[in-house]
Amino acid sequence: MRFLPLSDADRAEMLAAIGVPAIEDLYKDVPEGLHLAGPVDLPFHAGELGVGRDLAALAARNLDGGSAPFFVGGGVYRHHVPAAVDHLIQRGEFLTAYTPYQPEVSQGTLQALFEFQTQVALITGMDVANASLYDGSTGCAEAAMMACRVTRRSRVVLSGSLHPHYREVTETNARFLDLRIDALSPNPSAPEDLAAHLDEETACIVVQNPDFFGRVRELSALASACHDAGALLIVVVNEIVSLGALKSPGDMGADIVAAEGQSLGNAMGFGGPHVGLFAVKGRFVRQMPGRLAGQTVDVDGNRGWVLTLSTREQHIRREKATSNICTNSGLCALAFSVHLTMLGEAGFTRLAELNHAAAVKLAERLGALDGVEIVNDTFFNEFTLRLGRPAAAVVEAMAGHGVLGGVPVSRLLPGEAALENLLVVAATETNTEAEMDKLADALGGAL
Amino acid sequence: MAGTITGNKGLQQEEALIFEQNSPGRSGVDLPAPDAVASRLGDAARTAPIGLPGLSEPQVVRHYLRISQKNYAIDAGMYPLGSCTMKHNPRLNEKMARLPGFADIHPLQPESTVQGALALINECARWLTTLTGMPGVAMSPAAGAHGELTGLMTIRAALEDQGGPRKRVLVPESAHGTNPASAHMCGYTVEAIPADETGRVDLAALKDRIDDDVAAIMITNPNTCGLFEGDMKNMSDAIHAAGGYVYCDGANFNAIVGRVRPGDLGIDSMHLNLHKTFSTPHGGGGPGAGPVALSEALVPYAPLPYVVAGEDGFHLVEHADNADGKPYGRMKGFHGQFGVFVRALAYMMSMGADGLRQASGDAVLNANYLLAALEDDLSLPYPGPCMHEVLFDDHFLKDTGVTTLDFAKAMIDEGVHPMTMYFPLVVHGALLMEPTETESKAALDGFVRMIKGLASEAKAGNTELFSEAPRHTPRRRLDETTAARSPVLRWRPGPD
Ligand SMILES: Cc1ncc(COP(=O)(O)O)c(C=O)c1O
Repeated sequence: MRFLPLSDADRAEMLAAIGVPAIEDLYKDVPEGLHLAGPVDLPFHAGELGVGRDLAALAARNLDGGSAPFFVGGGVYRHHVPAAVDHLIQRGEFLTAYTPYQPEVSQGTLQALFEFQTQVALITGMDVANASLYDGSTGCAEAAMMACRVTRRSRVVLSGSLHPHYREVTETNARFLDLRIDALSPNPSAPEDLAAHLDEETACIVVQNPDFFGRVRELSALASACHDAGALLIVVVNEIVSLGALKSPGDMGADIVAAEGQSLGNAMGFGGPHVGLFAVKGRFVRQMPGRLAGQTVDVDGNRGWVLTLSTREQHIRREKATSNICTNSGLCALAFSVHLTMLGEAGFTRLAELNHAAAVKLAERLGALDGVEIVNDTFFNEFTLRLGRPAAAVVEAMAGHGVLGGVPVSRLLPGEAALENLLVVAATETNTEAEMDKLADALGGAL
Repeated sequence: MAGTITGNKGLQQEEALIFEQNSPGRSGVDLPAPDAVASRLGDAARTAPIGLPGLSEPQVVRHYLRISQKNYAIDAGMYPLGSCTMKHNPRLNEKMARLPGFADIHPLQPESTVQGALALINECARWLTTLTGMPGVAMSPAAGAHGELTGLMTIRAALEDQGGPRKRVLVPESAHGTNPASAHMCGYTVEAIPADETGRVDLAALKDRIDDDVAAIMITNPNTCGLFEGDMKNMSDAIHAAGGYVYCDGANFNAIVGRVRPGDLGIDSMHLNLHKTFSTPHGGGGPGAGPVALSEALVPYAPLPYVVAGEDGFHLVEHADNADGKPYGRMKGFHGQFGVFVRALAYMMSMGADGLRQASGDAVLNANYLLAALEDDLSLPYPGPCMHEVLFDDHFLKDTGVTTLDFAKAMIDEGVHPMTMYFPLVVHGALLMEPTETESKAALDGFVRMIKGLASEAKAGNTELFSEAPRHTPRRRLDETTAARSPVLRWRPGPD
């Protein structure tokens, strides 16, 4: 057993030093009858070769994004991650460190987090960002609960074009608290008058940009309406690369931004682990969930970083904490940060332009097909098609031809006749013209 | 000590922030110029610059390598952080998680194209249910705390179904902070239960507080003092008799894997920190995964989504309409921390039923070896044997002028990461040491010599050794008070 350094001789010597005959004797507090006599009914230990073979066989039963023309989005996006990113995050000093509770031996993690927080604040246009949450969906729920704390109100209005999983997670988190969630119904074909839903009980409006259907919006007027009504505007961003091309939520007046950072640095990985980005206006800092790295000096006067404002957190405040979160998405946040550092301003904005250009070209190509209508007026790298037949069957048929052609809206919002024929298609810098041709052929053939 | 011109100390390089290394326009990624297209961004197009710094690839690689060298890590040495289970992170796990068939698949691809991924989730669940002796496991929670919330919500959903949610959750004083925080987020009032003189839940006090308003007891077993709660079954019976449920914080499951099944202790719901017990790396703070094992009574209320095996392959149940039971909701986008499942399964398969049992035994052996070696030098609030971690208090430092914190900082100078300090709260100045099974006897012997040496220095009144520590680190003690009083949470351009 290659992960266990103790030899039988070591064990015998150690047991003698402790003064018991066997390891089992150390379990004397376990009541009679509860101690299993032997190993449970599972396979015995195996070497790297065997484990690797078995797991590779499972992996081979999946159709991966590199083996198929790939146009799936809906909250997780396939981007190219520079080789240096994975190399750097796999350094043992980053990979195998714990949370930086001892700052003197954690300056690497802490400096990286301070840089990460700054990058997130910059791209979202907000004052302060935390050191990450689990993902965008849980961040969305945290944002809604935080808005209720800040405003001392209890009603949350969710846009109908918020990612359905984000809505469900927010509703679930509110379910056992005295909070009311009003989720508007999804309608990709008409603009949504969110401001009309504000009242004096409304803590916040949650709106996604680009939204679940891919539309992009200028939200300044909505922000003003929220503020006039004493409510906060929460902006959710699924596709963080969009911020290279779009006005930042902060510039449009957002009070809280809850975003998914997967697109930078992180694999799609069948949905996780990913990284929740969480940024706020400065005056809300002490109501934020999650860890924060802050700058200070050491006894010699040298600049350094520590975890700070932890009186908000569960290990100090227990049931009065702003959240129960402890473990977050540290390494995914590092991957995000390294990728964004590699890109820089020029690379990040260009990456966004490339994504937008790919989507515009794809929309032209698909919009020209018979029986396909582009629903969106605006979009970034993802848009919605209305097909002549249910989208789920079309996607299945395309998969049969080795093309991963998008997300049928019914996968996330089943049972709604008006949405059944809708297909959400994403294009990124990874898609070639040849792949777009294959998608167009497959889609045309499946209709 | 004389400084250097640069501030560098040999291999230890001072490293500026990325924002201080900015060359505008530079990038570490070569991207083609985009084709000109008619914008579809409407009136939402960005007009102002962002302010991100530009660096080339060599600068970026050097930056992160240099700062990485300012971190301690389990790869570098013993990391006896109690409750955190800093065991070796096998590299096979990492390699497997990066197979394109696992890393490069999308959670919303058609089910027919991800049968291997669904099989993997199912297989990981099979190992976890077999090891816990519990019939079901909700795989989606993102970490331990998220698992606590999931488990409590499952309990609450079951209670509501039976008539009412009840009001209180009983949590021992020694519990981790996430326990009361999770109970609060589930809409419950938290009531603290004292410890008895042996460091375990005071059974009489617990029974006294149980009535038909108590939704659940939340017990950590082995507990945060590193002790097995031998009365667990009695506690479970008491709350069950009153119609409530048992939540177990499974952060310390690593002491009993393959030896004791939580299902046999009457537990209804327990999270498993895959990033502790099952060796997935902690990554400087995360990510983890916190699947929640559930009893027969709770399985029907498990949150969405979950995997079911059918004759024609695996399916994901993503909507209440397709569910057999009464799922109370959804905890997370998509299907859970899949990449962490791959790593944990690679570990479990590597260790096997026999190896996992040996690992928990070795973890307990290592902790008891420290207990035996150090009990005369430090002070032991509760007698052994302990489980996978050993708790000392600061009694041995009384009148020395050295605090637990000072002692920990001196350990840093000796090249070892300190144990967990000041937790659990039930003893004064706690020092909680968890060596894990992946430390060799030689490493433990070295650790013991070092701790004995420091303890005798403290008792000899050599306070400077402690108050001045650490001296050999990239930074020395940092001013946390100023950091919190006037927070600087991001870089901003200077006045020039
Ligand atoms: C006893 C105990 N309970 C709960 C937790 C929370 O787990 P996580 O950090 O995975 O959310 C921890 C970990 O820090 C712990 O030690």
